[in-house]
Amino acid sequence: MTDAKRLTLAHGSGGEPMQQLLHQHIQPLFDNAILARQEDQARLNMTLAPGERLAFTTDSFVVTPLCFPGGNIGTLAANGTLNDLVVGGARPHYLSCALIIEEGLPLETLQALLADLAREVRAAGALVVTGDTKVVPRGAADGLFINTSGIGVIPAAVDLGTHRLKAGCRLLVSGPVGDHGAAILACRRELALGGDLISDCASLWPLVKGMLEEPGLLAMRDATRGGVNAVLHEFAAAAGLSVELEEAAIPVRPAVRGLCELLGLDPLQLACEGRLLAAVEADAAERMLERMHAHPLGSGAQLIGRLVPQRNSAVIVRGLYGVERSLPAVSGELLPRIC
Amino acid sequence: MKYVDEFRDPALVAQLVKRIDASAARLPSRQQPWQLMEVCGGHTHAIFRFGLDRLLPDCVEFVHGPGCPVCVLPETVIDQAVALAQRPGTLLCSYGDAVRVPGTGGSLLEARAGGAAVEVVYGPRDALELARRHPDKDIVFLAIGFETTAPATALALQAARREGIGNFRALCHLVLIEPPLRALLADPQLCLDGFIGPGHVSLVTGTRPFDFIPAQYRRPVVISGFEPVDLLQSVWMLLRQLEQGKACVELQYRRVATTSGNSAARAAMEEVFEPAPSTEWRGLGSLPHSGLQLAPEYRAFDAAALLEPRAATGAEPGDPRCGCAAVLSGRMKPPHCPLFGRECTPATPSGPLMVSSEGACAAWYQYRQESADDRR
Repeated sequence: MTDAKRLTLAHGSGGEPMQQLLHQHIQPLFDNAILARQEDQARLNMTLAPGERLAFTTDSFVVTPLCFPGGNIGTLAANGTLNDLVVGGARPHYLSCALIIEEGLPLETLQALLADLAREVRAAGALVVTGDTKVVPRGAADGLFINTSGIGVIPAAVDLGTHRLKAGCRLLVSGPVGDHGAAILACRRELALGGDLISDCASLWPLVKGMLEEPGLLAMRDATRGGVNAVLHEFAAAAGLSVELEEAAIPVRPAVRGLCELLGLDPLQLACEGRLLAAVEADAAERMLERMHAHPLGSGAQLIGRLVPQRNSAVIVRGLYGVERSLPAVSGELLPRIC
Repeated sequence: MKYVDEFRDPALVAQLVKRIDASAARLPSRQQPWQLMEVCGGHTHAIFRFGLDRLLPDCVEFVHGPGCPVCVLPETVIDQAVALAQRPGTLLCSYGDAVRVPGTGGSLLEARAGGAAVEVVYGPRDALELARRHPDKDIVFLAIGFETTAPATALALQAARREGIGNFRALCHLVLIEPPLRALLADPQLCLDGFIGPGHVSLVTGTRPFDFIPAQYRRPVVISGFEPVDLLQSVWMLLRQLEQGKACVELQYRRVATTSGNSAARAAMEEVFEPAPSTEWRGLGSLPHSGLQLAPEYRAFDAAALLEPRAATGAEPGDPRCGCAAVLSGRMKPPHCPLFGRECTPATPSGPLMVSSEGACAAWYQYRQESADDRR
């Protein structure tokens, strides 16, 4: 690196500075033989057993600020794509990592973020095997944008998806909801609310690995943008059914509830980055819950509701006093209320 | 969570519901249900969120009042805010719920997507801080609300004047709680039997703005907090007054509000603002002495001065079928309005009560899809 340890447009130009950046600073972080071949494409030897299927997914990460309590854009870019694979029942194998860097980003920052990304991917037993680096002029991006794509393998015996949802099945959430959204909101707004708001950003593979061994699992989604609310509406729409939720059963940390009370927000609409929602056969729900509780990532799991034949609303919440209300789908940006 | 959970306790709620039932049973029987208006939009929101109306006996009903500052915001104010946000070198700062309100040419959110500078802030202090940090820009705070928010705007303007922050301005549409209540009570078709008074307005004003209700109209008032136990206790207190044939102003929200209110907050308001000759209310029209404008010493901070003078627009015509006035006076339920859920939705509000989530129609639309078509 020549220039004062900040990335410049030259680092994205394809010439010597870019080669230096890649060879000295980026590739070593992802250290693997497939990436080290430096071809224009990763060459993968994947042989599928009969009935196994490939899962393929992609996601872009544009979070502000780049670092937040409990994670950063690197851990988010790793776990976001890993989780999109694993909630389909796929074991993650390979990821790509494409960077759009705003000129001026300190090299040290980039390296630290990518080191975290690499660590999370490795911990899930997967490899980053291909990538891309672009540097754009100041103002054309916000520090760093990352896109990751992922390939995983779904075992022959696993068939998860909304096509299996049916009336009567139970809905489980793997832990307290809204942690990530609340942490980001508090960071952005510089709200001095103490240190209890921490993102739940985590790879769900260790939890899901165990859940796949239990019978009765029908469908899973990770509750990212739009939070649990969005997943419930997706389930209801895809299945042509309605969701009935028990408000008292929904796990929410006190700090997240406090923030929501203060700003007039609903924790069900806040993003999670390490929580999943699972639809399970009614008679398998208790055992699944026990299995989830046995893993630290699922220790706060709760049975929160069920699917029922279609009613006038897609999602209906039974409140603390037994009165039902409909839970509207998230519409646009989360905005705090005046009073 | 302290100060919240004890006021949501299901056992306490059940106990209050029993007392309400007993008290309601002792009221003289009549065909029309006993109608209690919760004045404040915060109350309306809590009632729908917790389904409190469904816990009341059939003979007692909530009627949802005009105390939602966002709902009563006229389109012209949104248009002015949009024009300011589009002005080069200007940043328009707003409370979150005002940015979705449609003006004649769209909302502030839509204007932002088109390149206008709009920032959601938690209050005027945040906007003032932006003005300190960006001396090269005009920072305009869209100052809306009742007596609840006016003191914070007053304090920010006092600080701006003290510190000589010339790039901070306010687009003021601050309103008072008493005039719309007077307008409602003057309606000869009024069916309301009692009022749940706004706790946070009273924190500033004390109980004085509500004294005329029992004095002139013989209707009871209970100033209430915002949690389920607060609201149900207030209902019970109102029913007891009705039962005993009494009409006075009582304070349920004693942990926050007092009879005399907050004189320091009122002093700040009185220094910075003066009564405006008349103020426009969405759905209620123009009401004399119902709002605040900047006092002469603070006129330099008036953001309206940055705007091109425009031909004065008269009261908005609105759809003649709009039932907001009837809903506000207790003569109609939101889903019985011919526009509800058809022409009038939160995305395309025809009347004020559909504008913000604290408006009765919007709350009904959001939380009561189950009964939206239940047009009994």
